[in-house]
Amino acid sequence: MFKYFAHTKADIDKMLKSLNINSIDELFSELPKEVILDSDYDIPSFKSESELRHYFEDLAKQNKELTLFSGLGAYDHYQPAVIDALTSRQEFMTSYTPYQPEVAQGTLQYIFEYQSMIQTLTGMDVSNASMYDGTTATAEACFMASAIRKRNKILISKTLHPNTIEVIKTYLKFKGLEWEFIDSEAGVTSFDDLKNKLDKDIAGVVVQNPNFFGYIENYDGFSETIKDNKSLFIVNSDISTLGVLKTPYEIGADIACGECQSLGMPVGFGGPYLGYLATNKKYVRKMPGRICGYTHDLEGNRAFVLTLQAREQHIRRSKANSNICSNQSLMALFVTIYLSVMGKKGLKKVNNLSYQNAHYLYDKLIKTNKFSDPFKQPFLKEFVLETTLSHDLIKEVLLKNNIFGGVSLSIFGEEYDNLINFSVTEKRTKAEIDKLISVLEALS
Amino acid sequence: MIRYNKLIFELSTEDRVGYSLPNSKFSDYNINDLKTDYLRTEEPDLPEVSELEVLRHFTNISNKNFGVENGFYPLGSCTMKYNPKINEEIVNFNNFKRLHPLQPVSTTQGAFKVYYDLQKILAEISGFHEFSLNPYAGAHGELIGLMIIKKYHESRGDFHKNKIIIPDSAHGTNPASVVVCGMEVIEIESNKRGRVDIDSLKEAISGRDDIAGMMLTNPNTLGIFEENICEIAKLIHKAGGKMYNDGANLNALLGKVRPGDMGFDVMHINLHKTFSTPHGGGGPGSGPVGVTEELAKFLPNPQVKKMDDYYYVENNGDAIGQISAFYGNYLVSLRALVYLLTLGKENIKLIGRYATLNANYVRNALKSTYELPIQGNCMHETVFNGLINKENDIKTLDIAKRLLDYGMHAPTIYFPLLFPQAIMIEPTETESLQTLDEFIEIMHKIAIEAKENPDKLKDAPTKTPIRRTDEVFAAKQMIFSYKDYLEYIEKRDE
Amino acid sequence: MSKILEGLYYSEDHEWVKVLEDDVVLVGISDFAQAELGDVVFVDLPEEGDELIKGEEFGAVESVKAASDLIAPISGEIIEVNEELVSEPEKVNQEPYEAWFVKVKMNNSKELKDLMDHKAYKEEISE
Repeated sequence: MFKYFAHTKADIDKMLKSLNINSIDELFSELPKEVILDSDYDIPSFKSESELRHYFEDLAKQNKELTLFSGLGAYDHYQPAVIDALTSRQEFMTSYTPYQPEVAQGTLQYIFEYQSMIQTLTGMDVSNASMYDGTTATAEACFMASAIRKRNKILISKTLHPNTIEVIKTYLKFKGLEWEFIDSEAGVTSFDDLKNKLDKDIAGVVVQNPNFFGYIENYDGFSETIKDNKSLFIVNSDISTLGVLKTPYEIGADIACGECQSLGMPVGFGGPYLGYLATNKKYVRKMPGRICGYTHDLEGNRAFVLTLQAREQHIRRSKANSNICSNQSLMALFVTIYLSVMGKKGLKKVNNLSYQNAHYLYDKLIKTNKFSDPFKQPFLKEFVLETTLSHDLIKEVLLKNNIFGGVSLSIFGEEYDNLINFSVTEKRTKAEIDKLISVLEALS
Repeated sequence: MIRYNKLIFELSTEDRVGYSLPNSKFSDYNINDLKTDYLRTEEPDLPEVSELEVLRHFTNISNKNFGVENGFYPLGSCTMKYNPKINEEIVNFNNFKRLHPLQPVSTTQGAFKVYYDLQKILAEISGFHEFSLNPYAGAHGELIGLMIIKKYHESRGDFHKNKIIIPDSAHGTNPASVVVCGMEVIEIESNKRGRVDIDSLKEAISGRDDIAGMMLTNPNTLGIFEENICEIAKLIHKAGGKMYNDGANLNALLGKVRPGDMGFDVMHINLHKTFSTPHGGGGPGSGPVGVTEELAKFLPNPQVKKMDDYYYVENNGDAIGQISAFYGNYLVSLRALVYLLTLGKENIKLIGRYATLNANYVRNALKSTYELPIQGNCMHETVFNGLINKENDIKTLDIAKRLLDYGMHAPTIYFPLLFPQAIMIEPTETESLQTLDEFIEIMHKIAIEAKENPDKLKDAPTKTPIRRTDEVFAAKQMIFSYKDYLEYIEKRDE
Repeated sequence: MSKILEGLYYSEDHEWVKVLEDDVVLVGISDFAQAELGDVVFVDLPEEGDELIKGEEFGAVESVKAASDLIAPISGEIIEVNEELVSEPEKVNQEPYEAWFVKVKMNNSKELKDLMDHKAYKEEISE
């Protein structure tokens, strides 16, 4: 007997009798004999619950929780305690896609609230119910631009996070679409290069703000130029920063997309996170992913349902613009609770505290004379520097002090060889920041 | 309980807070030092609520949901099995949850061991060489699997191989994934017994040299085993194609047969179906992709490797590329490993048997009142085509809604598309005989109601938090946010 | 029982073609098609001046649970689009033979011969 199965021997006998068979194996008579398994899987034996705990406690000991001064797509922000308390409720956690709205109003309502919050943060008209992560949401935004404009090429700014660039490239390559890069100039997207490369084949232009280096870009003139070319402007942003920064709508974006991990989600070794995607209402039918809409039931009660499903794969099949058939629903709940707790003031405060911490660290590091700023652009919570110190040495010494930070961007390719990244959220204490500074100061 | 009917925005009161943040340490700096041109002009319309208000709000709306712990959830094709609590306890260990994906590999050896061991166990269970856990969901896995097939052909100079064969019973994601991957679909009809029609298949591939492969769900979406699978695989291989297995229905096969042994070259597994990770209201899932040794080099980057007892990450030049920010939905993978080690080889092998026994038990008990379009045994799920008695115009939708009144979740309805009134029931191995008997009894009762009191079905549900919804209104009005909603109300009340 | 109007031409994709004068026609979808779709919530129409190529899609009709591409029954140039359907898609359900989608100037009126008359169409949908 095993705790996840309810059947006793007597139950099984009773069921077999009702089916008029002698053994369960008779139900598998159609399976080709030559492939039927005749031995056990070569995998470990079962573990009792306490053995299991010990096993994973031991495994966990082979990992090290570090004080994070690194971002690069995964940020260590404060997670309010109420979030786990609520997201772990089985009503949310164990239910599935709200196919039966009468018994899924909990899910549908928080999706509606999630969409409302993404709407107000981005300033766009409409958000979908969420996507896998910021990189795939951006790749899907490129597909969307191509479908809307019926053009085959995407311009990608070189200041995007290399992981996002890689994912876009994979998606475009297999779909048979093309891309070209817009150069960066002093760490931000070059407007001149954009103008040079816009032509009638360009379906969309992708930029990231704040960009891979943490810089806040200036998009004066971008939107008009892109629209004159009848291309779509795709703006990728870390959603948390939109609590204070100019919105994609204000920048003139046609599609806003990006990552929501920064809304207090655990860095979690890379996932699950959540990608958001929002656009203008006129493009909603080309938008990938689920969408929830307001309606009423037959007694006139307020209700929410999945809607505009005729865009999606289960109806459109090979004619759908995207193959996505789920959302990161539980993480959308996470986002909704986080933003409810933080509210407009909390989110602003998180950004301001992160800004203060990051700028304090920046000034102190520059003062050591071991670090210099090659670009001198405005930033929020993340920045890059050049250094006279060896990147490996920094890594090793910080690790000895249980710190992960000063990440060498060489891991993303030669073109970033001389740069190291620091990211500071509101969670870092003055003592932690000062310790980082003193450790680095002592190096030579 | 009184019917809770508030949006979080409607609880908002200016200056109320639900957060607790430290005081400023460095007030020499301020975000307003940035040029105003960089800053948003208006504050976002986020709610301002206290912590307890947040808790009450979400607790109250959660009560309008039906989860696996509320009752029977026989949603076909979705494998709504029990989601163990120990999985949740372990993912909350800080030394997993608080690992930065880029931190030095020397500090994440335990995390990589989880990744590596899980992919190895999946490979053993499914008969493949290696898995990538990077794909985020089943549909994502399909796309990545197809990319691997396409890349394989391209690596051999076969750029013209771009046709994928798909049976008409397939999940909608299959044809959609093919097109997103830049290939084309050839759809073939199922035969009268709900299986791939071998003659149609032969006809579809004969004389063609552009067959890239075939996507097949086995057991198929009717819950029936494709008995000719080995012949199908041979035909496709002979045509130069690769066999893709949509692993949505892997649960049925556990302990009995491995997809890799049946001639499949690539497959994805839905960890949220077969390996008990929570469905989360529609995600996050996880869709690991497994391949034969020949195709392993094409798996997406980053790839987790092991040398001696040390784990490291490699970006392979032959790979299809990167398809996720980091290592997929890592914490979902971790849950699946906890589940697999909880069961171990002794219990995993029983899953396919018990799931299949349960489905056949239900099938047999309901066939006197519900129309069984395909005879014979089923695997882990069974498909009916509405009631046998078609009088009173009772539709599958009405039956599904009535089930909700009886405190059970509805099965999957109107899928597969082969039968106009399809009801697809998947009881899973974690359900007891008592629960199945109760479900059967209710289904029979509903059949009687359909005859004697059809309005009970047509009006259903009446005992749920809301009644049937107006979907036409939703699609026409397009109210997708609180902002839209306020605008609509204002216009309506004018 | 679906309504079928005499005097119109019908395609296998359940579109009707009504000849207004010589080579100018209206195109819509049949009563049968609207009933199959259910409540129409959205109509995606091409633009005036677009070219219509027989057998190729030129728009789409969406209901809550289905989407159907509009397949051109004849070739020609679109000289007018029925914008009314954008704001009132329900007209497609209410009066399928009034709710035309596009007015087309055909460039080959012989293509009409490939379409069905009302009798042939009646047989087609009763199959």
